[in-house]
Amino acid sequence: MSAPSQAGLPSATRGAVRHVAIAGNPNCGKTTIFNALTGMRQKVGNYPGVTVEKKTGHFFGSHGEAMELLDLPGSYSLQVRSPDEAVARDVLLSRQPDTPRPDMVICVVDASNLERNLYLVAQMLELQIPVVVALNMVDVAEKNGVVIDLMALREKLGVPVIPMVATKGVGFIELRQAVSRSPLPPPPVCAQMPIVLEREVMALAKALHVAPEVARGEALLLLTLHDQALEEVAHHERPVIDATLEAQKRLRLAGIDPLSAPVEARYEWIGQICAAVTHKGGLFDAQSVSDRLDGWLTHRVWGWVAFLGIMALMFIFIFSVAQYPMDWIDSGTAAVSDWVKDMLPDSDLRGLLTDGVIAGVGGVVIFLPQILVLFFFLGILEDTGYMARAAFIMDRLMSKVGLHGKSFIPMLSSLACAIPGIMATRTIENRKDRLVTILVAPLMSCSARLPVYAIMIAVLLPVASSLQKAGIMLSMYLVGLFAAFGMAWVFKKTLLRGETPMLLLEMPPYRMPSFASVILRMWERGLIFLKRAGTVILALSIILWALATFPKPADPEATPAEAIAQSFAGRMGHAIEPLIKPLGYDWKIGIGLIGSFAAREVFVSTMSIVYNVESDDENTEPLRDTMSAERHADGTPVFTPLVCLGLMVFYVLAMQCISTVAVVRRETNSWRWPLFQIAYMTSLAWLGAFIVYQGGRLLGWQ
Amino acid sequence: MSTGTVENLSALPLGQRGRVIGFDLPPEHRQRLLEMGLTVGAEFQVVRFAPLGDPIDIKVRGYHLSLRKHDAAGVQIVRL
Repeated sequence: MSAPSQAGLPSATRGAVRHVAIAGNPNCGKTTIFNALTGMRQKVGNYPGVTVEKKTGHFFGSHGEAMELLDLPGSYSLQVRSPDEAVARDVLLSRQPDTPRPDMVICVVDASNLERNLYLVAQMLELQIPVVVALNMVDVAEKNGVVIDLMALREKLGVPVIPMVATKGVGFIELRQAVSRSPLPPPPVCAQMPIVLEREVMALAKALHVAPEVARGEALLLLTLHDQALEEVAHHERPVIDATLEAQKRLRLAGIDPLSAPVEARYEWIGQICAAVTHKGGLFDAQSVSDRLDGWLTHRVWGWVAFLGIMALMFIFIFSVAQYPMDWIDSGTAAVSDWVKDMLPDSDLRGLLTDGVIAGVGGVVIFLPQILVLFFFLGILEDTGYMARAAFIMDRLMSKVGLHGKSFIPMLSSLACAIPGIMATRTIENRKDRLVTILVAPLMSCSARLPVYAIMIAVLLPVASSLQKAGIMLSMYLVGLFAAFGMAWVFKKTLLRGETPMLLLEMPPYRMPSFASVILRMWERGLIFLKRAGTVILALSIILWALATFPKPADPEATPAEAIAQSFAGRMGHAIEPLIKPLGYDWKIGIGLIGSFAAREVFVSTMSIVYNVESDDENTEPLRDTMSAERHADGTPVFTPLVCLGLMVFYVLAMQCISTVAVVRRETNSWRWPLFQIAYMTSLAWLGAFIVYQGGRLLGWQ
Repeated sequence: MSTGTVENLSALPLGQRGRVIGFDLPPEHRQRLLEMGLTVGAEFQVVRFAPLGDPIDIKVRGYHLSLRKHDAAGVQIVRL
């Protein structure tokens, strides 16, 4: 009756490599153990069809046996609420295509938070999968006055328990030994479920078309799903779902709530174990260092001071530290470009290489330092435990637009660059909330907008004081901020309407971050950005280069400005002129908009070509003067104050960043959302510029 | 289960200890709270409030859990 599946095969038939998975709650030190076991032998990919990261690595057992270690996403439970948790469950139930059911699971348990961490262990044991418990952070537990009787814990759980202090390298030899031992008998089923429930579980298990060893676990998970989640179950046939619903109805009649009874049974069992194996003081022990720190860091007044201070520090670092490598990359790109120009005669090939490929790649790589510094800081915030505090502090404000505190850090990161911000949305469990955050994050003014603001402010106020400049700059940031929160509110009310999700935030104790793992993670994320975004950007840069180059002008003596005017880009500029006329723009600005579609900072260099001036980001004076002097056919200036302001507002609100598009595509796993995002942001930008220009004129301004 | 008056978690003052006696929440929310260890009979202490008064940070089963007042209002408790 049961369909043959990979899970049914003994491990020997799957080759010599043993598949080991590592699982655990968030903040239990799982990543540290994973990194220590596998070193640099890691591979980061994606599970097919979902955006969940799949991290695997190789390591060797104590006798040199080859093992493959799969890092399961951190979760509190196998009850699925986010795509991450779904993957963990599917792998363990051998439902995940392309990933074999692990031969063994290392379940990492935070010894200083034993009760709640054992919950996941309890669920693992129910799946009848061989488990080794890595009891991590025993030092912290002891410092908190909790001594765990290992022998007793081993006996109660029926599986090996290895005491560890992963950050100090303690316990790895024993862990390798435990993993090498073979064969491991599946542990006995643990938490005692109510008899009526157990009967329904067995009955349902028989009706499932799955391998016998996963049937009970699968049946139990099905029975504990609430109605809506059950309706969404896709991997079982309708009769199974109906049978589950019937069983749930019978259980309710018998006075047993199928959703809570198993949970309570597990905690009951855990409670007994903990009482037997731990020796500690009272339930509410004395204030720890972490508690005292929180007294300050989440204080009504000092909490804000610290919060703003930390955020300010982060941004000062991003903009100052990252500036040096960015300058090097900039000059490096220019040097390579010059070298190619020296090596090759003037031709289309040379143009393709210098203006298409090198400029395109340079345009991506230039932001890498900033992105890496940001990832570094996010890693530190996460590792120290401050991330949870930031969410705790900001939650109330975020709830005003229907989001919760976890959306705050991604939006804040987007002030430097939307890409790390969007990649940081993975911590948001609720799918709709995550989508809303992704959709609005690029509205926050990122650093790539700075060159555009700078040139437009220079044209607007050639002799502005730094205070005036800073004032205009700040108002642009505020426009972005209000737009982001406003649109979040709109999306939560309309497109991605849903009841406010529950906020359940664990506040882990503060810890010293591990620099090695922060750097490793930063590097991984940076590579993902380069690989995924880089290819798309390269392709688009080449297309944009071709648009601005072809067709060639008939007159070989034509200036670059004349050449671009009659190119496809120039023609498109003319074509969109009726659309942008209400904003006060002419076709030349149209070329700038089209040219900077892939990367907004390209606006400056495109306008330089259009106006045929030698100008770049550092030296914008010639461009500024030309733009200020530019006149319409009737002699009126093109760049009136309203046009300048409107153009800035346009760049605050428009997507104009193909790297972000590529990352959104990857994170949402479809083209639907990035395309929608381009559409809504461009419309918003048009509307914003329209209101500034036409509204200003109505008020009698220029 | 207890002779004290039934209150809800959102109304407790700082430092107050209590015991969970029931829930008035949608099933899936209740299940999440249970899985985080806030089961019937679990004892907890209100540790702090966020700077703007919401969410609430409680200590339960030896760790810190934050939840919004809106959700906490559905957790029935007795003071200890």
